[in-house]
Amino acid sequence: MQTNSWVPLFPEQASTFAWQVDALYFYLILISIGFTIPIVVVIFFFFVRYREKEKFMTGAEIHGSIALETVWSIIPFIISMTIFLGGAIVYYNQYNPPTDSMEVYVVGKQWMWKFQHSTGQREINELHIPVGRNVKLTMTTEDVLHDVYIPAFRTKADVIPGRYTTLWFNATKPGKYHLYCAEYCGLNHSGMGGYVYVMEQRDFDNWLAGNESGQTPVQAGQDLFQNKLGCASCHEGGASQRGAKLEGIYGHEVKLTNGQTVIADDEYIRNSILNPGSQIVEGYQPIMPTFKGQVTEEQLVSLVAYIKSLSGNTSGTTMTKPAATPTMTGGTMTGSSMTNSNSTTAPRANRGDTNSQGSNPNAPPPTGEPTNQQQR
Amino acid sequence: MLKAEAINTGNIKEEPKTNYLTNGYTLWSWLLTKDHKRIAILYLVTVSTFFALGGTYASLIRLELLTPNSDLLQSATYNRVFTQHGIIMVFFFLIPSIPAILGNFLIPLMIGAKDLAFPRINLLSWYFYMAGGALTLFALLQGGVDTGWTFYTPYSTTFSNSYVMAVGLGIFINGFSSILTGLNFIVTVHTMRAPGMTWFRLPLFVWAHYATSLVMILGTPVVAITILLMAIERLAHVGIFDPAIGGDPILFQHLFWFYSHPAVYIMILPGMGVISELISNFSRKKIFGYEFIAFSSIAIAVFGFLVWGHHMFVSGQSIYAGLVFSFLTMVVAVPSAIKIFNWAATLYKGQISYDTPMLYALFFIGLFLIGGLTGLFLGSIGLTVHLTDTYFIVAHFHYVMVGGQVLAYLGGLHYWWSKITGRMYSEFWSKIAAIIIFVGFNLTFFPQFILGYMGMPRRYASYPPELQVLNIFSTAGASILAIGLIIPLIYFTYSIFFGEKAPANPCLLPGLEWRTASPPPTENFEETPIVTWEAYEFGEESGLDLEDARNKYKVTV
Repeated sequence: MQTNSWVPLFPEQASTFAWQVDALYFYLILISIGFTIPIVVVIFFFFVRYREKEKFMTGAEIHGSIALETVWSIIPFIISMTIFLGGAIVYYNQYNPPTDSMEVYVVGKQWMWKFQHSTGQREINELHIPVGRNVKLTMTTEDVLHDVYIPAFRTKADVIPGRYTTLWFNATKPGKYHLYCAEYCGLNHSGMGGYVYVMEQRDFDNWLAGNESGQTPVQAGQDLFQNKLGCASCHEGGASQRGAKLEGIYGHEVKLTNGQTVIADDEYIRNSILNPGSQIVEGYQPIMPTFKGQVTEEQLVSLVAYIKSLSGNTSGTTMTKPAATPTMTGGTMTGSSMTNSNSTTAPRANRGDTNSQGSNPNAPPPTGEPTNQQQR
Repeated sequence: MLKAEAINTGNIKEEPKTNYLTNGYTLWSWLLTKDHKRIAILYLVTVSTFFALGGTYASLIRLELLTPNSDLLQSATYNRVFTQHGIIMVFFFLIPSIPAILGNFLIPLMIGAKDLAFPRINLLSWYFYMAGGALTLFALLQGGVDTGWTFYTPYSTTFSNSYVMAVGLGIFINGFSSILTGLNFIVTVHTMRAPGMTWFRLPLFVWAHYATSLVMILGTPVVAITILLMAIERLAHVGIFDPAIGGDPILFQHLFWFYSHPAVYIMILPGMGVISELISNFSRKKIFGYEFIAFSSIAIAVFGFLVWGHHMFVSGQSIYAGLVFSFLTMVVAVPSAIKIFNWAATLYKGQISYDTPMLYALFFIGLFLIGGLTGLFLGSIGLTVHLTDTYFIVAHFHYVMVGGQVLAYLGGLHYWWSKITGRMYSEFWSKIAAIIIFVGFNLTFFPQFILGYMGMPRRYASYPPELQVLNIFSTAGASILAIGLIIPLIYFTYSIFFGEKAPANPCLLPGLEWRTASPPPTENFEETPIVTWEAYEFGEESGLDLEDARNKYKVTV
């Protein structure tokens, strides 16, 4: 924000598309002035010129004019189309994140932002990013709607429970910029914000080095996958494995049992962990239990990161686990209804749970579904 | 208005002995009345009360925002205050204001009918309004609601610890008031026009209300269903909107805005109808492009149903949905532009008088122009990603709602005041008040455009200190606006008791409502009028004796 002028009129430009948004803004201001001034001048002129000289006179008999109506319907229409096109172009540029983006995972919760870098650093209400790099935020929330808003970058996006949304930008100027929550989220909504620090690459590297990085999301995800949640018992094991093969799946088309094909993106993977029955890969049985209510949003982010990494090295990881897998088709049903009812009856209480888990994503998950099934 | 003593009494032979106001003085004669004029007065009193309450909340908001920290009000209180400001102003002031007060009073008079088609349903509508209002007030006294007037889920269904259900039920019940009023208007306009009152002789005020009624009937049931679904989720924990129990929060936004965007047109279309009346009558000539203004109202009502998605550009909607909604939003701007051009053209070669209602009409055009043009900023999808959920939005819709609807409402109230009460108000004070309102309004809301572009999010109890100067301007403006709104309350009240008695047709206007006594008798017209003139006809055909009036006027002055 500019602080040097007495009355601030214009926010700082600090991203690659800030100037585009501003250009559109000035174009619209120009159009607004171009409309307002002539209309106001004409109305004032008529007001003065045609003021009644005497009471109860009758004005001129004019009904209207088709020609004029046509002109002043078509001209505003054309102008509004230029505004639409301008907006569409700017929006199009902003919509799809470039593939070479540096990824940051964001989890919003009442009333704080948690950021996690792919190198493992975690931040709260602060986000450090290098200048001149494409940065993509993959965002979700544990409770209500939030919205990441960085005015200096001229961008915002809602953060929605139950799904991932993305936001990307490329910062052009080192500095400290406001970060807000722009979607009303309850009591401390106006306190849910902080700063984005844009740093030179060298400073950013120093910052990364100076911050003890815990496990990277991929490592945390691997730990969950192989040990804590026991996903590996079905999803690893080569030819005999019961769950779908995950190596090389990310970013590719997947054929489903109902004949549809979907792209296995972040959203798909997340959904398959929480609602396994909804989109089953062709050739597999609907035997996977739901993990809804058992994994936190941050753990989900790690799992997604790990599954993505499986597609990075195509040779795949060594399969060590034996395929001692439970086979319980009915188990899926009971499992899902059980966890569902948990979250239904006490959403408030649940929220407390997830909070405490959220701060320690590596904590053992509550009685896992696989354990249950093995006991059965 | 003109200080003329009964220059012209229209076609009234002699003053009727009783009028609708003197027809019964007991409380029951008001509470059980079926007279559309009395029901309009009931609405006038109750809607004004809600307006005062909503205004009090607005003052609290502006006082809190005088300083960057949340000091006067804590966040918990502030959140309730802005929520209640929104709910009261939208559902209990803006939506009923012009239709239920002026529309109720004037539509039968303007079309030459004795009453609305369903007088009992009309009274029932008021009771629905009162029941909804009472429930909402009850919730406010209990501690209020903190979800924002938009009730976004899952906050409203799962997380909010306030009186969501009571207010929701209040709005639900109040919705029936809207639906029934709309139904009543449509049937009345179809079936009860006086002989000779063809569709294209209807005053544009009636056209605007016809379009509004369509939106009320088609849109309001959707918000009722939405509130019902919200209640089911909140009370029975059935997963509809909360993803934690299998719902979809975006579904709520689609349903909510499918009503609430058209509701914006419920709020502004009647205002446009009033302005058409004012501009034409105070220029003493036919309105320019009657058919275009009439059909632009219908076009706005229809297209208004197709643009709800522009409230959701950053809600995770697909790029294609975003582009389509942005395109349609641009299209819906055109009929509004047509109206403004036609109003301006109407002034050309008119006989313009500078009466207070005309002053309001003038201010309306200026402010609505700004409100409409900033709507283009927000309809342009690339720009709105930055602007949505900031003070730019707040400024935009206040320019449309307050600068548009409230000014039109005040203009209309002044214009028809003599007809409603039979008394004249102070021309001097009303002009002073109009100017104070205009200045105060602009000082309040113009800085908010800049605040919005600076990135100040809406619904914030605290904000960065560098934005304080603009917020001080805004609060100062709000104080001036408040004074401007209190003055009419004083001179209107004064005029009821001490105002000069109004003639039937003080400005010698051709509309049917001016061809009966002020205030009108209970049955509106002594005998059913026969219409032989076009709308806004000031020439020979109007049957007004202008020559005689001019001569008498010269004598009195």
